[in-house]
Amino acid sequence: MIKVQDLHKKFQKNIVLSGVNLELKESGIYSILGPNGSGKTTLIKSILGMVLPTKGSIKINDKSIKAAWDYRKQIDYLPQIANFPSNLKVKELISMIKDLRGNSKRDKELINLFGVEKFLDKKVGTLSGGMKQKTNIVLAFMFDSPILILDEPTTGLDPVALIHLKELIQKEKERGKLILITSHIMSFVEEITDEIVFLLEGNVHFEGNISELKKQTSEQNFERAIASLLISNHV
Amino acid sequence: MFKILKYSFFDLVRSRWSYVYFLFYLLLAATLLFLNNDLSKAVITLMNVIIILVPLIGTIFGVMYFYNSKEFTELLLAQPIKRSSIFIGLYLGVAVSLSMSLLLGIGVPFLLYGLTQSAAIWDFSLLLITGVFLTFIFTGIAFNISLSNENKIKGFGYAIMMWLFLAVIYDGLFLMSLVFFEDYPLDKLSLIGTMLNPIDLSRTLILLKLDISALLGYTGAVFKTFFGTNQGLIISISVLFLWVLFPAIRMVRKSNKKDF
Ligand SMILES: Nc1ncnc2c1ncn2[C@@H]1O[C@H](COP(=O)(O)OP(=O)(O)OP(=O)(O)O)[C@@H](O)[C@H]1O
Ligand SMILES: [Mg+2]
Repeated sequence: MIKVQDLHKKFQKNIVLSGVNLELKESGIYSILGPNGSGKTTLIKSILGMVLPTKGSIKINDKSIKAAWDYRKQIDYLPQIANFPSNLKVKELISMIKDLRGNSKRDKELINLFGVEKFLDKKVGTLSGGMKQKTNIVLAFMFDSPILILDEPTTGLDPVALIHLKELIQKEKERGKLILITSHIMSFVEEITDEIVFLLEGNVHFEGNISELKKQTSEQNFERAIASLLISNHV
Repeated sequence: MFKILKYSFFDLVRSRWSYVYFLFYLLLAATLLFLNNDLSKAVITLMNVIIILVPLIGTIFGVMYFYNSKEFTELLLAQPIKRSSIFIGLYLGVAVSLSMSLLLGIGVPFLLYGLTQSAAIWDFSLLLITGVFLTFIFTGIAFNISLSNENKIKGFGYAIMMWLFLAVIYDGLFLMSLVFFEDYPLDKLSLIGTMLNPIDLSRTLILLKLDISALLGYTGAVFKTFFGTNQGLIISISVLFLWVLFPAIRMVRKSNKKDF
């Protein structure tokens, strides 16, 4: 479904991605991991066409995304930093996105699940961090597209919301979606992920499932296994 | 595109600034009419104000709105919408709502004063059309400057400098060069010089129509002898069109190459 070939990206002189190859064929939950600034968000934004690659190609369902926009109908995206027009009310924001993107059958259900109805009438600019993230989640899951990209979905969520989010992600997986997640919360990743893609210094440093990772690093603990990927590289 | 235009337009129409702008023109037009007691004289004074102020307001609003809509733009960029539609939509939202404030603010007092019975109606309409052109041109340039500058303060600075240059400094340089190269045939040079500045071009256009030789100035006179009044009008309006078109095209190009 997603194929990234030899992707390079630099911002002025800052080389962020240098030849990323990645092929995600089947549905399932994929986690992109890597230290801060390793280019996870950059990779995701390239897939969405918000960041333009310096070199390389990206295909979604065998079609190049270059200069295309229609393919984004296939993708739901939860941005890492939820920047919404702050003078809108939450409900105005939701109906605006619905108006722009087509109708949603699930918005009510999601609004209920995350308790967003309590602040539907608040201005987005006055929401707390977690409230904003809940709104962000409602917007991202609302359209039921086959590809779901979540950049740090757990940020700021309380434990109840976090449980709902995990259940929701599992449910979407069972319905056959391809879900791409970045996160720094290792317990969260360990619990939900099928495949790990570890980005380091502009390349895919490791790709495989959790038991493969543990075997390769000879660590029993997932968090330590990830840490050892980092350390072994720095030695 | 039209959906985005709709959102930015209503966003602006709801904002305080549109009303301030509208009321300002309303007061200006009413005062001028009250003081002059003569429609055609009011038109001339109004022209002098419009030609300087409309570009300034288009510039400031364009830059402000562009930077303030950063969140809105980012949200839209992840949706299945063409990039060009997003930016053209925002741009038209600003330009159309500013034009509306201008048209209503000036139009209403003049209509109430009995414009339709006056001979000045065509001069007045042309003045408003020129005002709309200037709004579109300077909003477009402002969007270009903001697209190229990530830094708000810098973008604002460049935009104001651009306005200052075209509204004030350009004329001075232009006059100086005319005086300096006095001994050469300057017709063509001054024609080109006028066309390269939308503010000068608008002034020439209106003065051509008003046909007041005393105010026409050197370039206006050249325009008149070169093209005749009617052809001069058509040519200057066409060049104003180009002035709207180029910033819009560059805006689409630039936005297609930018990372968000
Ligand atoms: N629009 C941009 N302009 C310039 N540099 C950028 C831009 N976006 C990202 N970068 C740079 O690219 C690098 C990678 O950033 P990115 O956001 O992809 O990291 P990340 O892996 O998502 O980090 P984090 O874990 O903190 O979210 C950083 O050095 C960042 O400064
Ligand atoms: Mg990131």
